[in-house]
Amino acid sequence: MARKLNLRIWRGDATDGGLKDVQVDVNEGEVVLDVIHRVQATQMGDLAVRWNCKAGKCGSCSMEINGKPRLACMTQVASFDEDETITVTPLRAFPIIKDLVTDVSFNYKKAMEIPAYEHPQELAPGEARMEQIDVERSQEFRKCIECFLCQNTCHVIRDHEENKKSFAGPRFFIRIAELDMHPLDKLKNRKRTAQEEHGLGMCNITKCCTEVCPEHIRITDNAIIPMKERVVDIKYDPARMFAGLLKREKRD
Amino acid sequence: MTLQRHKYDVLVIGAGGAGLRAAVEAREAGLSVAIICKSLFGKAHTVMAEGGAAASMGNVNDNDNWMVHFRDTMRGGKFLNHYRMAELHAKEAPDRIWELETWGALFDRTKEGKISQRNFGGHEYPRLAHVGDRTGLELIRTMQQKIVQLQQKDGREFGDMESKIKVFAECTITEILKENGKIAGAYGYWRETGEEILFEAPAVVIATGGVGKTFKITSNSWEGTGDGHALALKAGANLVDMEFLQFHPTGMVWPPSVRGILVTESVRGEGGILTNSEGERFMFKYIPDVFKDKYADNEAEADRWYEDQDNNRRPPELLPRDEVARAINSEVKAGRGTEHGGVFLDVSKRIPAEVIKKRLPSMWHQFYELAGVDITKEAMEVGPTCHYVMGGVEVEPDSAAAVGVPGLFAAGEVAGGMHGSNRLGGNSLTDLLVFGRRAGAGAAEYVKKSGANPVSDSTIKAAADRIEAPFSREGGENSYSLHAELQEVTHNLVGIIRIRSEIEEAIAKIADIRARSKNVAVSGGRKFNPGFHLAFDLDNMLLVAESTAKSALLREESRGGHTRDDFPGMNNKWRQVNHIASFDGNQVNIKAQQLPMLPKELFDLFDVHELEKYMTPEEIAKGGSN
Repeated sequence: MARKLNLRIWRGDATDGGLKDVQVDVNEGEVVLDVIHRVQATQMGDLAVRWNCKAGKCGSCSMEINGKPRLACMTQVASFDEDETITVTPLRAFPIIKDLVTDVSFNYKKAMEIPAYEHPQELAPGEARMEQIDVERSQEFRKCIECFLCQNTCHVIRDHEENKKSFAGPRFFIRIAELDMHPLDKLKNRKRTAQEEHGLGMCNITKCCTEVCPEHIRITDNAIIPMKERVVDIKYDPARMFAGLLKREKRD
Repeated sequence: MTLQRHKYDVLVIGAGGAGLRAAVEAREAGLSVAIICKSLFGKAHTVMAEGGAAASMGNVNDNDNWMVHFRDTMRGGKFLNHYRMAELHAKEAPDRIWELETWGALFDRTKEGKISQRNFGGHEYPRLAHVGDRTGLELIRTMQQKIVQLQQKDGREFGDMESKIKVFAECTITEILKENGKIAGAYGYWRETGEEILFEAPAVVIATGGVGKTFKITSNSWEGTGDGHALALKAGANLVDMEFLQFHPTGMVWPPSVRGILVTESVRGEGGILTNSEGERFMFKYIPDVFKDKYADNEAEADRWYEDQDNNRRPPELLPRDEVARAINSEVKAGRGTEHGGVFLDVSKRIPAEVIKKRLPSMWHQFYELAGVDITKEAMEVGPTCHYVMGGVEVEPDSAAAVGVPGLFAAGEVAGGMHGSNRLGGNSLTDLLVFGRRAGAGAAEYVKKSGANPVSDSTIKAAADRIEAPFSREGGENSYSLHAELQEVTHNLVGIIRIRSEIEEAIAKIADIRARSKNVAVSGGRKFNPGFHLAFDLDNMLLVAESTAKSALLREESRGGHTRDDFPGMNNKWRQVNHIASFDGNQVNIKAQQLPMLPKELFDLFDVHELEKYMTPEEIAKGGSN
């Protein structure tokens, strides 16, 4: 049943590298990660690739397959033409470590910059009561498997390294939205800080992030746009602007 | 190249549920903590847990309480559990779940707005707190974010967010270091660069999870290589109950993209039939006498059962898990398996496509998306898949301290005792929380008493030499092929069904692979080199496999996750015994150790007639240990 597949793999590190062509067996039903593993076991013992669960649940095997940001474990070889060469390259928005592995520490730094959840002190453990319909809004964003494909595809940072400092990226906009919509979170002004400190305003809603999300989270429609709209309401509401002169806003 | 050195109070190896919970506890006790993570932060195998976290909160049925949960856990483990661990787990699980909510977790809700709880096999009442089918992910994220919260607090206080708790991602520990008989730290390498790293810490918490990658077919990810089991053994700790592994009878065996992934029992419940390579529906041959009155012995009746359950016996595909697994195993061994060592499970011939998609939506979707298998049109190839190891580091239940090694602690799947011979679904997620917290607290208390224990230069040199070794060999063995060979041996000879002659064969073959593994050579450099990483993982898996095979050889009965074809029944005498594995530097040795008896207050929670199934008349007459 096995046939030969032409695979083109980017190999190298931060100093130098390029595409290498290999021929590898492929069986019916295999995904791109299976084929990469076969290359690793039979031809390139030191080929670097990240992966963990191989079931689309951990978000480790993010890479670019024929130029598109994908999870290698969720991309079937059969979705390409039989004579098509499949090209696998590392995520473009992050610095290369080796082969298909990039340095994604940018994302973990940004995660540390988002103010944490604040629980109401008066609510003892076990006393919280929430409606299912109210938790579902945040639950959509908590499905995120942190594959960082949205971060990789977002052209605010993909094409503009200099924006990384002031732009948290779609993954962290849904984190802020999740906390903002959390029925119990006590911290105020999350939308305002999203705009002022995390670069929400730089997003121009092209929805590229939503398109690549393997969890089908509606990043733009359900997180970014509602926050942007509220920010506009807050910042440009004439009555509030007047009141704001008298007293600094307590909450948004 | 100068060696990177770090000093911490507590070193946590493993960043799954248990490790993160331990880290939070140790930091909140005022100590500095390093978290070692073999992959990226937040990718641990805990994210795979779907069902939920078992805790007797009584939100859905208020008859539930810790005593009912305790009873269920002991029954599930066939009374081989360490009673004190099962007791602590049942008592503390609700508090651990509620605590997560104060850290921002969002569980599904009941109509009253409480945390919803669902039914699960072996649990008397609805007990599993859940978030759809991604409960494990919710646990990991919540604790990951709790750690960020602690870091932000430290940032405000000390000016550096990583001053007191730091995550070392993509870092592998190769050795736990001791000085003067006590824990002194650990040695390892960065996966990205291959550069070596030394941690000096008087307390080490092992929370490395399972051993699934020792077997050919497994639901575990690459990380499940038994690192913590092996590190603990080599540091002088014991492993308990290593013969007990949980296999699921129907994991996918082909195509490789879904190998190991579980096919839920409901596929059989909805009418899926099992056939061999000759097209025979073989389960009719495997109905044990005790089940003859409940299961149909012919196809016509089995088929009628789906329409009329009152007047027909059940199809034999719905026999208990171990019976189905035994039958599949027998067919494959008799040469009637599929090309890839499984049998066929087919739901397509019986049920119309649209009904399958409606009743088994996630199954249909998963196989279609991951493997291009359309279960409405074709049969699946299935066989037993390794899912969970009950055995692990022998610990003191209250502190999670490893027996025999001062300063060493273990929690989660890598620790033994809690689940006895078989784990109930849902108990692992609360096990992580309850014993992760206890390990963190135990380590903190130990450090406050014992103080620092510096690592000597000679200890460092020995650890460094060991890492260098595979690079200095030329033309030796390939670690990928040795790993594949080991997986064949464990899968075929000490897998789900065992027999003396095969276990003995396995022990000999494992010893042979281990001898050859001393000669593994690595090609390429040190930088993110999976071949190099596997060379160390392989060493760990070999020790785990040896512990399992040798424990399995001695236990002459069948109980929970240990089935002996030559000793099919459960034997109450064996219930009184745990197998303890230790390592003498050359090989694993096993000794039998008396299991502690239930104290009277726990003994009295059971009906005596139930205990008679598990205990000898003398034990029953004593009525508890006090």
